[in-house]
Amino acid sequence: MFAYIVRRLAYSFVTVFGVLLLLFVLFFLVTNPDDIARKAVGEKAPPQALEQWKKNHGYDKPRFWNRANPADTMLVDHFRRMLTFDFGNSDADDTPIWRRLRSGAGPSLSLSLPLFGLGLFFTLSLGLLVAFFRETYIDRMGVVLCVVAMSISTVLYIIGGQYLIARVLRWFPISGFDPTPAVIARFLAIPVLVGLLSNVGDSVRFYRTVFVEESNRDYVRTARAKGCGEARILVHHVLRNSLVPILTQVVVAIPLLVMGSILLESFFGIPGLGSITVDAINANDFATLRTMVYLGSLLFILGQILTDVSYTLVDPRVRLE
Amino acid sequence: MDAHLLSNAVVLALLGGLLWALLSARRSRAWRNAGRELLRRRPIALTIFVVYVAIGLLDSVAWVGASAGGVTPGGDTVSLHKPRSAIDRLFPDQRYREKSYSAPLADREFLGGAPLHHPGRHLLGTDILGRDVLYQTLKGARVALLVGGFTTLIVIPLALLFGVVAGYFGGRVDDAIFFLISTLASMPSLLLLIALIMVLGRGPVQVCVALGVTGWVGFARVVRGETLKLRELDYVQAARALGASDTRIVLHHIVPNLMHLVVITFVLTFSGLVLSEAVLSWLGIGIDGSWGRMIDQARDELSRDPIIWWNLV
Repeated sequence: MFAYIVRRLAYSFVTVFGVLLLLFVLFFLVTNPDDIARKAVGEKAPPQALEQWKKNHGYDKPRFWNRANPADTMLVDHFRRMLTFDFGNSDADDTPIWRRLRSGAGPSLSLSLPLFGLGLFFTLSLGLLVAFFRETYIDRMGVVLCVVAMSISTVLYIIGGQYLIARVLRWFPISGFDPTPAVIARFLAIPVLVGLLSNVGDSVRFYRTVFVEESNRDYVRTARAKGCGEARILVHHVLRNSLVPILTQVVVAIPLLVMGSILLESFFGIPGLGSITVDAINANDFATLRTMVYLGSLLFILGQILTDVSYTLVDPRVRLE
Repeated sequence: MDAHLLSNAVVLALLGGLLWALLSARRSRAWRNAGRELLRRRPIALTIFVVYVAIGLLDSVAWVGASAGGVTPGGDTVSLHKPRSAIDRLFPDQRYREKSYSAPLADREFLGGAPLHHPGRHLLGTDILGRDVLYQTLKGARVALLVGGFTTLIVIPLALLFGVVAGYFGGRVDDAIFFLISTLASMPSLLLLIALIMVLGRGPVQVCVALGVTGWVGFARVVRGETLKLRELDYVQAARALGASDTRIVLHHIVPNLMHLVVITFVLTFSGLVLSEAVLSWLGIGIDGSWGRMIDQARDELSRDPIIWWNLV
């Protein structure tokens, strides 16, 4: 198991290398540093200001090969900084990117953690409920509702939720954020609700399929023959045996919770990492965007490793080697 | 090359492909029966599909003012030089505009109550600039068709090429391609999409290319797996024993057997892409005139009082 994790980490390092290479191609080869500088300093800035800005942000070095000092190129610099998590300053307003990350992680987590926990609880319960009533009209209605819910774009849920709850019923503010514990829930209520609604259809349908397939197995029939109650069968036998496909879906998302949700945050005005990404697009802040893509990939790879490890916890037959 | 020519070409190519598929399908009895069955069981879905494609097409056959030199229905000089599509011609566009908001079928302006130019003729009302909402919705159909069509035209050949090559040849080639696939797959797709669009610049073609680059990975993986399976089947072995070249085996024995996957993916990515475009528009980096952009504009109206609800529908 330990050896497996070490090997997995070694392999993910190769993937991280690929990600960094791709980022280099995108941000240093396809985009011209002169363009970045011009966008940051201004169209009519004097050439000295442009040069100075490029020097400050490390865009003045040769891309691949520097005859005087082979280690002093943009390629080497890019790899070194990303691998040591030294992200430098924003291209747009020179604030250290680390400070931004720290300020954004809190609000992001305060939205994504409740969303993740509640979402998992509700979708699993609904999935079990629908599976309990399988092959009846309740089940059919459930599946139809799920398909309807899946077909609607998230964007519409957000607008609908804001309109109905904040405008018509006036229960909660339309958007905004305040980290003090007393009022934070008021601002998070609608985003969490909308987030729940927008993926309930997808997940419930998936869980239902898994549960129904599992409840046709022989061991379930045996349990029923021995007089086990239907509810107990679902929770103790079916749920436990369907954990592997469920974990495949769920565990990958856990590390990415820190990144928050781009859509929900930017729409509801929550100053998390998702909003920072959107701001970076609008401000042509290439350095911040680069960092976000890199961190996102790292967390995603971490999630995949965690998924594999989590299999061994729920299914003793799985052995990683 | 003008933008409208490119988009015409894409949509016409789609239509051509569809017609060719229909014609070749008519020749075999199995397909004829399938078609009849579809017509009998799903008449409504089929009608919606045909109407949707027709709207997109009507809007795509744009041509530069046929009455160049004469007076167009719009009646002013600008419209002479701009390509106008069949749908533009259905709506007498220049005069069809109002000054500001109006409710569906209203005959007065929403604010102030000034009489409209076309009382009762805006079936879905007008937006802040007085543009007809129904007209914009119909125009949006073409953008959706364009995003879906153009991007799937990028995704499917790319995925087929990489997937088949990796699966068929194996070894080093497979390693290299699989490295590319796993690298792309390990980046969160929305972030990668944003980065691509920011780097490539904004515009319809760029958005399609970015969607294409992020979209082909999953399908390529499926194709690779399927090719690995097909490669070992008896008839492929037989073809190889008979001395068929690699190209011939791939084109005649492997690719045709992947077509069912292509059809399924085509349909699924098509609708998925239209939704992703909505998300992108909503972040402010989508395509002008798409449905996503309309939603994006309409969301500003929410915070306004009184609410301009008909833009949201």
